[in-house]
Amino acid sequence: MSDRQGRRASTLPKTPAASANGSGPAPALAARPGFRLSRFRDLTLVPVIVVLLIVGSFIDPVFLTMGNLTNVLQQQSALALVVLAEALILIAGKFDLSLESIVGMAPAVAVMLVISTGDGGFGLGLPPATAVVLCLLIGALIGAFNGFLILRYQLSAFVVTLAMLIVVHGLHLGLTGGKSLFALPESFTYLGSAVWLGLPAAIWITGVLFAIGMAALGYFRGGRSLYAIGGNADAARAAGIRVERVVLAVFVIGGTLAALAGILETGRLGGISANQGVGWIFMVFAAAVIGGVSMDGGKGTILGALTGVLVIGLVENILTLQGVPGEWKQLVYGGIILVALMISRLAGGRAQD
Amino acid sequence: MSTSSNAAAVEARGITKRFGPTVALNDAGLTIKQGETHALIGRNGAGKSTLVSILTGLQRPDAGEVRFAGEAAPPLADRDAWKARVACVYQKSTIIPALTVAENLFINRQTEGRVINWRAMRARATALLDQYHVDVDPSGLAGDLGVEQRQLVEIARALSFGARFIILDEPTAQLDGPAIARLFDRMRDLRDQGVTMMFISHHLEEVYEVCDSVTVFRDARHIVTSTVVDLPHDALVAAMTGEHAVTYEAKPRTVDADAEVVLEVRGLNSAGRYHDVDLAVRAGEIVGLAGSGSSGKVGLAESIVGLRRADSGVITINGKRPKPGDVPSALAAGVGFVPQDRHHEGFVPLLSVGENATMPIAGKLGRFGMVSPERRRARARTMIQELDIKTEGPDQPVGDLSGGNAQKVVMARALVDDPAALVVINPTAGVDVKAKQSLLGSVEDAAQRGAAAVLVSDELDDLRICDRVLVMFHGRVIKDVPRGWSDNDLVAAMEGVSHE
Repeated sequence: MSDRQGRRASTLPKTPAASANGSGPAPALAARPGFRLSRFRDLTLVPVIVVLLIVGSFIDPVFLTMGNLTNVLQQQSALALVVLAEALILIAGKFDLSLESIVGMAPAVAVMLVISTGDGGFGLGLPPATAVVLCLLIGALIGAFNGFLILRYQLSAFVVTLAMLIVVHGLHLGLTGGKSLFALPESFTYLGSAVWLGLPAAIWITGVLFAIGMAALGYFRGGRSLYAIGGNADAARAAGIRVERVVLAVFVIGGTLAALAGILETGRLGGISANQGVGWIFMVFAAAVIGGVSMDGGKGTILGALTGVLVIGLVENILTLQGVPGEWKQLVYGGIILVALMISRLAGGRAQD
Repeated sequence: MSTSSNAAAVEARGITKRFGPTVALNDAGLTIKQGETHALIGRNGAGKSTLVSILTGLQRPDAGEVRFAGEAAPPLADRDAWKARVACVYQKSTIIPALTVAENLFINRQTEGRVINWRAMRARATALLDQYHVDVDPSGLAGDLGVEQRQLVEIARALSFGARFIILDEPTAQLDGPAIARLFDRMRDLRDQGVTMMFISHHLEEVYEVCDSVTVFRDARHIVTSTVVDLPHDALVAAMTGEHAVTYEAKPRTVDADAEVVLEVRGLNSAGRYHDVDLAVRAGEIVGLAGSGSSGKVGLAESIVGLRRADSGVITINGKRPKPGDVPSALAAGVGFVPQDRHHEGFVPLLSVGENATMPIAGKLGRFGMVSPERRRARARTMIQELDIKTEGPDQPVGDLSGGNAQKVVMARALVDDPAALVVINPTAGVDVKAKQSLLGSVEDAAQRGAAAVLVSDELDDLRICDRVLVMFHGRVIKDVPRGWSDNDLVAAMEGVSHE
């Protein structure tokens, strides 16, 4: 007894905790409510973007023109949608590698369902206007299948979606025979090529979807539940969140967004090559992670992911304007991602997961 | 201040719950009056956790009924109704670290409407925290909270569902002295506000400090319920331990008082685990380390074998001083050990019995990094025979063996190099009686061969083979008990009840 009392007295000054009556000195945590550094953690890449804009403007006078920047945004809009999808899935504590295969396979199969055999389709005679809906549906189905395997059989999301990456791309190659599709219905290329109010439609669509994503994850219970699930699934379940249902929904949304990205990319390029989407997933993860989305789940924001996409897009644009030979691009690219990671780590002040 | 209602706040009657062949609760129950702070006491496996999950509606009893304020408990599926009646602060954190305190308080009920109004939610959080005098910033990240603040947030959240009955499951286990005192002040505040509480702790002293009444469970049964005033320490300890039949007859042994000190520990410190520990074990001696979960006994043993690094102090083994926190160096000095969790540090389940058992001496079974399979098998056969391991042979994977036999392989690994010092942590956890006897027997045999042995155990029966038992409490060795102790003496010392 006396021993314990003694310990109490001796350890007293070490504890920065609340005092019993609540009137004691505020603990270290209680800061001024006005300014809070953590609120700006999403924006740690903004200085990087500013630096890139400055550097770019010195390198090439074309860089800071409206035309060029619009071009950057349009080129990145499809990738951005996949980053949005991956960010949602990562925040919920899961993983999806198969998104990049959906970008190529969903549009290809959807188009083949509506075009004639002579053009490389199945010749089913479905109305061409349905291709967009079919494409989104295929993306949703693949997402649902991923979610089903992961939840129903308690499989690792990494391995399931790695297998699905290969399966989905394999399906794409097998069905098209490795050939590109060019006979696309006009309705299918519209979204990726149209211009609305002076800006490409793809930019509007991506912008609106990001805005919806930010609102959902910031201001709606369903969106907040992704953070709860990714942060501590058991606690989320204890709080009454239907964890499995939400995770399945996230995979379905992810697949759908990847299919939409495929539509935008198809419209921009005017054809579907057998390689559409291949290799994207590395850029997607790079953008999400330098944008502050944790690979361990529960952390990160949609706005942060967006800044990640912008960094990647600007770097690519500067490299192109500089005329860096294609063979060296990869190296410069990877190096710049590493630098961006370090900058966001320093600015964020926290260990990255 | 307590309400003068006749019905008890909580009443559990005739509760029986089985898990397969194990009876977790056998016709047990308890009654807690309105506004009372009630302790639930019992050793590990007495049925406390099962009762908690039944009282919180997480599990359905096989028989018996639970009533809150005289009314039958709601159906299990109606989580909201349960939350309105009973709240529980679990040992395991249910906080989501990456979210703010405010959001954690209102998780999945951030708003009445559709869109979350963060300002309004923070205001509600502030009001809730103020109501219970919890001095925590609602906008801070919950992951930045210490254990104490985290618990207070969980208590406030639990109460915010409207429950007037809270279960506190070992809330003091991870707190230090001043934090415990503040928690108790808060519990007294809540009692004054008419909140009924059930308090679970392994520290009997705390029961007397903060509770009005106490119920003791033992071996899945209700033993006694009493006001704390009417149940003195000795009676409480007796109720907890009961009359235990001795399951293992220790072999008669005498320790040569002049034998060399093989294992010596001087002034060993590890912040938050143990403080200023001195220990000397002679060749042929078995020294027990007893104490509750927070006593630091396991941390001490792990420091001796190099699994942990002590902050300061000296460990001498066989005249050598192994590098602190370095297992290979401790093994080279002549240590053999059985770690606390055999699944975690004890064996590699996919590797064979032979490979697991000879892991520390792989270097001696061949030259230039080669391991001769034949010599390994031969050595393993000897160990299998000595320890009576039931296996198809040295090539069977350890993962296929039963718990007791797997533990024997771990013991074989500890003994394979004929250690000068043997450190054994909870060697009989989850093994059957026969395996228990043979495991304890092999510790005794090792001592007979001249090893200095340290046996850490939560089981009083294990400690009977020790020549003396050191009792630890909150990180200090408080008692040196020679052979021939009674259960009551030892438990009283372990729970920190002093008899001076």
